Amino acid sequence: MAVDSVAAARPYVAAPRRGPITRVLEHEPWFAFFLLLPTAVLLGLFIAYPFIKGVLLAVTDAKVGVPGNFVGLQNFAVLMNDSIFRIAVWNTILYTAVTTVFKLALGLWLALLLNRHFRAKALTRAFVLLPFIIPTVLSTFAWKWMFDPTFSVINWTLFHLGIIRTRINWLGDPGLALISVMIVNVWRGVPFYAISLLAGLQTISPELAEAAAIDGARPWQRFRYITWPLLLPVTMVVVLFSVIQTFADFQLVYVLTGGGPANATQLFATYAYQIGVGTGLLGEGAAISLAMFPVLLVVVVVQLLYIRRVETH
Amino acid sequence: MARISRREMLKLSGGGAVAARAGGIASILALKQAPAYAQATTIHWLRWNDFVPASDEVLRKVIVPECSKALGIKLNIEMINGNDIQARTTSAIQSGTGPDVICALNNWAQLYPESVADVSDVAEEIGKAQGGFYEESRVVANDGKKWIAVPWCVLGAQLAYRKSWFAEIGYDAPKFPQTWEEYREAGKKLKAKGRPLGQTVGHSFGDPPTYAYPYLWSWGGKEVEADGKTVVLNSNATVDSVKFAVGFWNDAYDEGGLAWDDSSNNRAFLAGTISSTLNGASIYLEAKRKPAVYLTETGAPLWQDILHAPLPKGTAGQFGYHLPMSNMLMKYVKDPKAGKEFLRWITSKPVYQAWFDSQQGYSVGATTVWEQDKLWDKDPVMLPFRTAARAGRFPGYAGPADRRAAEVLSKYIVVDMTAKAIQGMPAQDAVKWAHDEVARIYAA
Repeated sequence: MAVDSVAAARPYVAAPRRGPITRVLEHEPWFAFFLLLPTAVLLGLFIAYPFIKGVLLAVTDAKVGVPGNFVGLQNFAVLMNDSIFRIAVWNTILYTAVTTVFKLALGLWLALLLNRHFRAKALTRAFVLLPFIIPTVLSTFAWKWMFDPTFSVINWTLFHLGIIRTRINWLGDPGLALISVMIVNVWRGVPFYAISLLAGLQTISPELAEAAAIDGARPWQRFRYITWPLLLPVTMVVVLFSVIQTFADFQLVYVLTGGGPANATQLFATYAYQIGVGTGLLGEGAAISLAMFPVLLVVVVVQLLYIRRVETH
Repeated sequence: MARISRREMLKLSGGGAVAARAGGIASILALKQAPAYAQATTIHWLRWNDFVPASDEVLRKVIVPECSKALGIKLNIEMINGNDIQARTTSAIQSGTGPDVICALNNWAQLYPESVADVSDVAEEIGKAQGGFYEESRVVANDGKKWIAVPWCVLGAQLAYRKSWFAEIGYDAPKFPQTWEEYREAGKKLKAKGRPLGQTVGHSFGDPPTYAYPYLWSWGGKEVEADGKTVVLNSNATVDSVKFAVGFWNDAYDEGGLAWDDSSNNRAFLAGTISSTLNGASIYLEAKRKPAVYLTETGAPLWQDILHAPLPKGTAGQFGYHLPMSNMLMKYVKDPKAGKEFLRWITSKPVYQAWFDSQQGYSVGATTVWEQDKLWDKDPVMLPFRTAARAGRFPGYAGPADRRAAEVLSKYIVVDMTAKAIQGMPAQDAVKWAHDEVARIYAA
């Protein structure tokens, strides 16, 4: 039998017919597009649209129920002459800077502790997360009770330990009020740092530290020259998220002090709420919110550049 | 709480036949059928959680079923924290959907004149039938051209004080300090005994402004002139008032007040840590509701040792600022007729009576007719609230209670003026700061 005839005798297998959906899915760019579409829609709806709407509102004199007219940068000019806004700017920067330092230091310390082997490790890790899991408003109400000028359990304890003789006006004293708010923020934020940094620590091979120990490196040296450089990219991402969250913090201050006493704890977000919702000046309120954007943008850009540099090296 | 039958309401609403000819609720009842537009209609009414829980119970258990029977309207009442109402109102207006009727505290209605329905017909009818509205209720719910809300009530603010403690320093009831100087001296003696006066000067919508504004007025200070433009806060009278307030605070007040909210003074008073505080009657009513819980140091029920008095007189007179509440019918509502009919019904005397009784004097009606109600015969301790609203002024005085006044109020500028001075800022500087802030708002 000739070769040709053998080939001819084989049953013909037609190439499978590809429908339009299959063709699109097999086309890599289109497939990628469809995979990204839900995320893009969500980002558009919940990030891009509110942001653009905020920008548009900030350049109008819109009030609640009134679309308003274009006023350019007038709202921002008004804010520059607003003494409460200036207090809010300073408070927000101070609040973010101080709490970030404390959250990072305590979070790192906690992460290093949790990275060790000890009994009930899993339970302890879960317990550490509690402040982060409890709804902010609920835990803040508990803190409000603890800071109560008359019935403060903190004052009661300090008094009975003989540390204080007169009660401390935690939320009533202008200086202490901001510190008190910071304490609550640190308490709430430390678990986020601790667990994130713990995850980073667990990606570092213990062999590196063991090898260094054999070479005679002390614990501090092992941390400084091995652990910290390897943990730095994770740390930078955690700090980045934390700074953004802290800078825009609202619930905590709103519940604890409402921005008082005499605006001593007024932050960007609480003042934006007071103006936008409390007085119905949506344009001005949006301008206050938007005033946060350049600051946060600088923070994000600097940190992302730094992260890239660290990763490259 | 007695139920109100339709027949009783028909009788009480001023004569069935006349009312039936004139239309309105009586004619609806005469027909024994809800009007077509109201049938199967639902009204969503957003309110605050009342400081008198019994009133919320009356709304849920008595008013809701009665509304269904009388108007054929299914009433859905939502009660939230007073501080959160503005956020809900803003989101409802901006999205064009939400509660049909929203309860406004203070002069919040002035912030949304374009977004609320004109309810002049309902308000005029209620005012005319019930002896007219208090001035305070009128200015917050009327923008000068029309009614933008139907006034609901006025929460009287009086000093709640401990009868026996004031008697110990020479003020046997009904004697009570009449001037700020006398009150300061009394407070000084009480603070020396560990029983200071209590007052919040924090950021909270109720007690801080209802104290700070009348205090300022009583010294002759005010935000603007009657033209509603000329800011005159920085005056000798205001500076004097702030200087006095600082000394007064140090001499007589519980320093914790800088951090208090609207409920802190209630807790402090009920716990026996302060001797007097400006408040609605909620302290007294709560003490009366739980006589076994709240006791004096001798073990007697606390409520028996509580009396009420107005804020003292200043050089320019004696004033009050009693928190007014009104109901806005939102413009986005598809069927405003039903909304108006509901407001007319709920504010009519026979229906309102049930709610008014449950308040036990914590609030007076927005109309003067409620001063004559038999409720006031029940408890003499509540009598100072009966006519309190007569002396009520509103922030923005001597100008209108408009949007700018609302902005000054919601930024707590007058409250913070005193708070800043208490915290150590020189009185002149604190007043200048407040004046500049107010001027900036009025210039916009």
